[in-house]
Amino acid sequence: MEVLELARWQFGITTVYHFLMVPLTIGLSVLVAGMQTAWVRTGDQRYYKMTKFWGKLLLVNFAMGVVTGIVQEFQFGMNWNAYSRFVGDVFGAPLAMEGLVAFFVESTFLGLWIFGWDRLPKKVHLACAWAFSLATVASAYFILAANSWMQHPVGVELVDGRPRMISIWAVLTNNTALAAIPHTIAGAFSVAAAFLVGIAAWHLWRKRKEADEHRAVWRSSLRLGAWTGVVAFAVLAITGDMQGKLMFEQQPMKMASAEALCHTEKPASFSIIAIGDVSGKNCEDVKTFNVPALLSFLAHNDFSTEVKGVEQLIGEYQAKYGTHYPDYPELGELAGKPIDYQPILPVTYWGFRIMIGFGALSAGAGVLALWLTRRGRIPDTKWFPRMALLGIATPFIANSAGWIFTEMGRQPFVVAPNPSGVDGVWMFTARAVSNLTTGEVWTSLIALTTLYAALGVVEVFLLRKYVRGGVDAVLPPKPEPDDDSDRDSGDTLAFAY
Amino acid sequence: MSLETVWFCVVALFWLGYLFLEGFDFGVGMLLPILGRDDTERRVLVNTIGPVWDGNEVWLIVAGGAMFAAFPGWYASLFSGAYLPLLLVLLALIGRGVAFEYRGKVDSVRWRRTWDRVIVIGSWIPPLGVGLVLATTVLGLPLDAAGNRVGGPFEAVRWETLLGAVAVAGFSFVHGAAFLALKTEGELSTRAKGIAARALPVALLPLFALLVLVQWREGVGWTLVPLFAAVVAAVTAWTRLARGRDGQAFAALGVVIAGAAITLFGALYPDVLPSTVDAANSLTVDGVASSPYTLKVMTWVALFGAPAVLIYQGWTYWVFRKRIGTHHIPPVHAP
Repeated sequence: MEVLELARWQFGITTVYHFLMVPLTIGLSVLVAGMQTAWVRTGDQRYYKMTKFWGKLLLVNFAMGVVTGIVQEFQFGMNWNAYSRFVGDVFGAPLAMEGLVAFFVESTFLGLWIFGWDRLPKKVHLACAWAFSLATVASAYFILAANSWMQHPVGVELVDGRPRMISIWAVLTNNTALAAIPHTIAGAFSVAAAFLVGIAAWHLWRKRKEADEHRAVWRSSLRLGAWTGVVAFAVLAITGDMQGKLMFEQQPMKMASAEALCHTEKPASFSIIAIGDVSGKNCEDVKTFNVPALLSFLAHNDFSTEVKGVEQLIGEYQAKYGTHYPDYPELGELAGKPIDYQPILPVTYWGFRIMIGFGALSAGAGVLALWLTRRGRIPDTKWFPRMALLGIATPFIANSAGWIFTEMGRQPFVVAPNPSGVDGVWMFTARAVSNLTTGEVWTSLIALTTLYAALGVVEVFLLRKYVRGGVDAVLPPKPEPDDDSDRDSGDTLAFAY
Repeated sequence: MSLETVWFCVVALFWLGYLFLEGFDFGVGMLLPILGRDDTERRVLVNTIGPVWDGNEVWLIVAGGAMFAAFPGWYASLFSGAYLPLLLVLLALIGRGVAFEYRGKVDSVRWRRTWDRVIVIGSWIPPLGVGLVLATTVLGLPLDAAGNRVGGPFEAVRWETLLGAVAVAGFSFVHGAAFLALKTEGELSTRAKGIAARALPVALLPLFALLVLVQWREGVGWTLVPLFAAVVAAVTAWTRLARGRDGQAFAALGVVIAGAAITLFGALYPDVLPSTVDAANSLTVDGVASSPYTLKVMTWVALFGAPAVLIYQGWTYWVFRKRIGTHHIPPVHAP
């Protein structure tokens, strides 16, 4: 493989991996801060136990989110130096702001929260929980503003062939970003919601026959998770629709690829599922089950709008951006070759469907959980906890599928051209990559993938251990009455690594 | 002073913050098997930086982010040019961060011993790698006119840059020992002080060798001042350690690294990454800086952001200011 393919695989693997940890951190940290608030306000021990239990799982996950994030920060310069030079003037700003405004707050106040249980006044300690959980949301804002600029560049002019920022306000209020941010945050909450529902349902079922002193903890967690999941899905549906309409204007190729729509249609029907090869080379072979005119409505709130197909768009792109890559030596074997403007349709088509399908599945589980626990009931059927545990995976799958669709749908561009923006502010992915040897990129690809895989196994092992341990494993141990060792309980730290 | 120069100083400041704060974090990790004779002692050592190591590490991320925002060409050329050393740093930082968080999560001797090993390795590699990368940016890479590295993957690995690697690692070792002398109690503190005093003259030697080399090759008149200040501070730190004044010794070591960073970056200016094949290809502050508008926006952000960071990070150190001893360590409690 060439450096370009290796670098793309590496960015894909490390980013998808990072984004397994990130949504759980964002969603869970805000929910844990809420639990702690309930405890501080009511004094109810149930909320204290919830804070401790879910907080412990949050920390196990947070560590992995942090360390995989460091790689992301440096990967732009390491693997994509031409991209970094091209966009640095505008792309670097939100990245640096994320570090200065969000990462410092997150890391510092998380340390205060972990180690401060006995050192800080209750309310100050609670404020630390809010500081780091809101900072996780703030960091999502900045990084999504940066990513949205790559999808829809705004706020720049072209000077010496490079985009130069003229308005940070335009970059931070990019309409693409304003739709992507609530969509991603809601996706994060649906991950945390399924996590709560799955684990709480399992604990409720496990001790269904005996008196369990922690039953209230699990019931409240289950209900909180279920409500969060349902509300998150509502936000996901609304913001997803907003994104679809923006995509119709800003990245029509991505929209056509999401539907594997070969020919322009008016009105355009929405494909629910397809049988056959959707790769777009021979559209006639594909049988799809369609809802007439729905795609037109999704694109433009109107049942008769014309939606352009891949074939017509390829022609438009060729006319505007050329049919062949320029003959630059840095393009390697791609120099002078024809440009393929069509994203990999099976990936975009199925990515889109998996995202929506699994997202809806997890929302359905939330509704079901609310119904089964209505008015104080405890479900005692075996299938429910099993389904709920399996259901933990659904929003993770939906999130990954959504991001893979978003990112692969803009190929072959790394900075997609904005149809109503400044001419010349776009970049082919093939031109963005660093001048590295394949050996270097193979080394990093193998090393990072291996390390991530190994640490992923460790994280799942630890999460499972702490889930099984339940509430008792996370509360401080009860002092033994005849413990006359030199440990003075008033002197020991509340927490130590 | 132009905004470009201001941002050169800001980037240098973030690197200095990183070298100072993670210097002692790395030192603590390096000293884990040397100072910690049993698991409780090792836990004391790890917990001296427990609440703060993550916030300290963010200085690296922000140093990188500030380079990207203010000097995209510097960020792009240096990080792709020193690819493999930087990869090693990242791998080590991943292992080390996870190890801190996971080492106490299972009640097993083998488990903790394994993660302790990861902490030790993860504390040696990053200062070596960061030292190498910083020496590379001061002493240069073979760059073509586009700012791309000419030649193979190991152009950043030369005897001068290896000196930089040993320099930062040596400083971190002493800095960590002085920090532990200040943050632990009783016998541990005494042993840490002893190690710091014995190691200092040897461990700081590579740093001064590097500074002299840089001063001789690229230095300007005024960089002799911070270089001289670093030497004086090192001697002060040594005498203070001998007198048992660990607070003053630790502060003096802070002056050492500040003097070193100012000398290195002062000698580098107005370049940010010299080309060793043709001076015309060198990346300069003015050549690779972002536009004045971007720099202005970033200046406002830094003007409000950076003091806030210093205040709440300072507060964190104040909250956890107490020395830690073995009697503070709670029993291991894991499911």
